[in-house]
Amino acid sequence: MTRLQSLALAALTTAIAVAACGKKPDTTPTPVAQADTAAENAKRRADSIAAAQADSAARARAMADSIARARAADSAAAAARAGDEVRSMLATMIHFEFNKAEVQGADQAILDQKIAILQKNPGLRIQIAGNCDERGSQEYNLALGNRRANAAKQYLVTHGIDAGRIETVSNGEERPLDPAHNEDAWAKNRRDEFSILAGGDALVKP
Amino acid sequence: MKTVRRLDGKTVGVIVLTVSTVVPSYRLWSQDSTIDKGVRIGITYRPGVRPGLVVLPTAPGQLDSVRAIVGRDLDFSDRYEVITLPGGDSLDPGPSVPAGGHTATKSISGLNYSLYQALGADFAVQFRTVGDSVLLLLHDVAAGAVRRTFSTRLTAPGDPGYRMAIHRLADQVVQASLGAPGNAATRILFVKDKHVYSVDQDGANFHLVSSATKEALSPAWSPDGKKIAYMEFNGGHGQINLLDLATGKRSVVYGSTGKYSDFTPAFSPDGKTVAFSRATEEGTDLWTVNYRDACCLQRLTVGRYSDNLSPTYSPDGRRIAFVSTRPGLAQIYVMGADGTDQQLFAPFDYGVTGSSNAPDWSPDGLSVAFHRDVGGTLQVFVLDVRKGTVKQLTSVGRNEDPTWAPDSRHLAFVSDRAGYRQLWIIDLETGRIRPLLQQSGERLPAWSPRLPEAASATP
Repeated sequence: MTRLQSLALAALTTAIAVAACGKKPDTTPTPVAQADTAAENAKRRADSIAAAQADSAARARAMADSIARARAADSAAAAARAGDEVRSMLATMIHFEFNKAEVQGADQAILDQKIAILQKNPGLRIQIAGNCDERGSQEYNLALGNRRANAAKQYLVTHGIDAGRIETVSNGEERPLDPAHNEDAWAKNRRDEFSILAGGDALVKP
Repeated sequence: MKTVRRLDGKTVGVIVLTVSTVVPSYRLWSQDSTIDKGVRIGITYRPGVRPGLVVLPTAPGQLDSVRAIVGRDLDFSDRYEVITLPGGDSLDPGPSVPAGGHTATKSISGLNYSLYQALGADFAVQFRTVGDSVLLLLHDVAAGAVRRTFSTRLTAPGDPGYRMAIHRLADQVVQASLGAPGNAATRILFVKDKHVYSVDQDGANFHLVSSATKEALSPAWSPDGKKIAYMEFNGGHGQINLLDLATGKRSVVYGSTGKYSDFTPAFSPDGKTVAFSRATEEGTDLWTVNYRDACCLQRLTVGRYSDNLSPTYSPDGRRIAFVSTRPGLAQIYVMGADGTDQQLFAPFDYGVTGSSNAPDWSPDGLSVAFHRDVGGTLQVFVLDVRKGTVKQLTSVGRNEDPTWAPDSRHLAFVSDRAGYRQLWIIDLETGRIRPLLQQSGERLPAWSPRLPEAASATP
């Protein structure tokens, strides 16, 4: 990142310098008069001073630019970090008991966090996907996953989030996080997953 | 509290009584006492109940493979004692010269009827070729004569319709000898790795039928065997897809917009309607749609946060059995095909019986097969529709998703009894059980009706 930035900075500086040089012929037309060498020398000196002044001005401008750019990049990175943080908060899953679709007490804090994020980011739309373990009936699990996704949606909606911002789907038992056949895996697989449908580009941390 | 307990006790008593009286216990033991594939197990076939049948050998070559297919079909029908000739298949059945004294029973076809009769055969099946056709002669051994002759034109063995044409010969034998339709010309759809596959009932012709790129579940046959419906995931939402087997054309069922999650399709017996489950914010409910005229999307259940799914029509089309979670756990319910008169179908013991799912109404209308949670695993049960009683069919391993064969006596289901989940076929009359395919991960089987000629081509 730093190499890229310095490369960009170097490119920028040269670009400005070239632009400044390009302007020189305008300010100092090049009369090819060879009459008076003293006058010519004086003019040449004046020219070089002017050029040097122009050069340093350009350099200062480039410096200021680069500082501004670096600051912008810093704050963008900070925003991105915040965005990442918000995204990971948003993606935190909630889990369910066997054959149950009620939001568990401990998971309410996770949903409260999502409410705050949704309130702070009015353009954000999310999808909630309900998932089941492999123990129940395969087709029944599509209905159970639907109930799990809608349990979370209901919680968000009753806390003031517009229902139109939340889409629900059910994966049934078709997308296990852990393919093992034991209690640990089943507990992991009975879950709601949260993903961003739209408005996730510039997330603001609540 | 007191009443509930008394009620429970009473119900338990009734169920236990039913199980022990309705099912001869040997059947329960016997079908589970084996995990061998396709092997007859030590159950008592009452002699004389099943007619003996001998499939006569042919010369090596194409006719021999026809004979092998028909012989296996007749064996898998579980309707005959299939008799092996002394000396096995090497015995030349040709114009045999029976020992003196038996000449009276020797027919013009030259078969040694008296020998077959002595071996217990009631029927003998013989093959001949005439031009590009194969001729099947069904002999009545006791009468010493050919009862019926069937023929079919044979295409190249690799041809899509080749095996189906031969399976039809086997079904004709069953029909002509016993007056009952057979299962040979049928296929079974199932799900494996989230795709729908098809396989012939004898395990041959395994092929993909759903889209190679999209995930699919819950295949169902149209009553004429020409179409299938299945659920396909589309951007996370289930949609009901139709596939025309003859043309290979796919379409989405009218009304299945992809806005909701639609799943578990089932065709009505008149082939006009598709019933399916739709998951919304309120839960899952049953809907029907006239898919042919693209109209009349109708909601049949109003679950109010309960789930109603997995519809299956009675063969007269008047009723629909389905799964409902209205009693708290999923159980088997029934209603009129228009959604009226919803009531419990398969009795259960409240607070004791586990979830019941995946009902399939038998083609003869007498039974509904389903699976039920028994002690944390699933077992196949059969509801007697007239008596309103249930009996447990399986007890070894996890057994689920039963589907009836057209003869209403065979069921295909998923079982892990041999170590991994695969499809098995059980004959409810004899208790004989065999794996359909030696592959793992198969789910949600759907047994076809008897397939018409046109749909026999591989889609």
